[in-house]
Amino acid sequence: MRIKILIRLKSQILEPQGKVIEQSLKSLGFEEFSNIRQGKLIEIDLPDSLNEKERSEKIDVACKRLLVNEIIEEYEVLG
Amino acid sequence: MSFKSAVITFPGSNCDRDALTYLKDLTHGEVFNIWHEESSLPNVDLVILPGGFSFGDYLRSGAMASKSNIIHDVIDHANNGRYLLGICNGFQILTEIGLLKGALIQNKSIKFLGKDCYIKKKFDNKFNCNIKDTEVLQIPVAHNEGNFYCDQETLSYLQNEELIAFEYCRGEGSIDDGNINGSLDNIAGITNKNRNILGMMPHPERAYQDFHVSKDGKKIIESILS
Repeated sequence: MRIKILIRLKSQILEPQGKVIEQSLKSLGFEEFSNIRQGKLIEIDLPDSLNEKERSEKIDVACKRLLVNEIIEEYEVLG
Repeated sequence: MSFKSAVITFPGSNCDRDALTYLKDLTHGEVFNIWHEESSLPNVDLVILPGGFSFGDYLRSGAMASKSNIIHDVIDHANNGRYLLGICNGFQILTEIGLLKGALIQNKSIKFLGKDCYIKKKFDNKFNCNIKDTEVLQIPVAHNEGNFYCDQETLSYLQNEELIAFEYCRGEGSIDDGNINGSLDNIAGITNKNRNILGMMPHPERAYQDFHVSKDGKKIIESILS
């Protein structure tokens, strides 16, 4: 099963790349686009033999041990 | 007994050679260079995690290096009360390990900063005890993720426990407008609670020789040796 993990900077932390993307889009005429923030997406294959609980536990441990720095980031498993 | 030290090299470290000569020239003791895959450290007084782009800064700066084989022994070394200094990427690695509080995020300007900067001592510790409170040090920085961040509770802890070692300032010493990268409270370097671990973004190993812009970087090693 293909798992997608969305990682974003916590909302209270300034995400400067998003600000620049926003300025650039505005210069292209997308004036109504606002509050843009950039994050990252990690895709992982996991064996179908794992049940949902096992899968979710493994992903959580991997996120906490390496993939996500919870001081500055939060994550969401997309499926 | 002579002072012994070691520098850890990760794939992508690029200040390890500078750190080695810095230690050799200033401590006059034995200096070891340890590859990150090694499982044990020699018995040394000080370990430096050098600057650079360990593992290409993949995922987050310092994230991969914080899981390297040698890190178990680096943690033991620090837990035994010996000195551990993380410079630039080394500071990022120390926060990723969890030996120091907070995190280093992208510079507020989104620019890579490679220039001289000015710092001064905030609270006293063994890494800066030879530096006067009013003294301004001129030391280069070279980083993209040097913006120190932590939550308000952690910031209060760092302030109350006096764990902020260095703060950015202007050349004449004032704090206003001295913040080069957006760091909370102008933080350029912090220690752990036991004050035997220092992480700092500026590069003291690039400020000690005749051809360097200043020799202020010597004061870190001189403090440790004093």
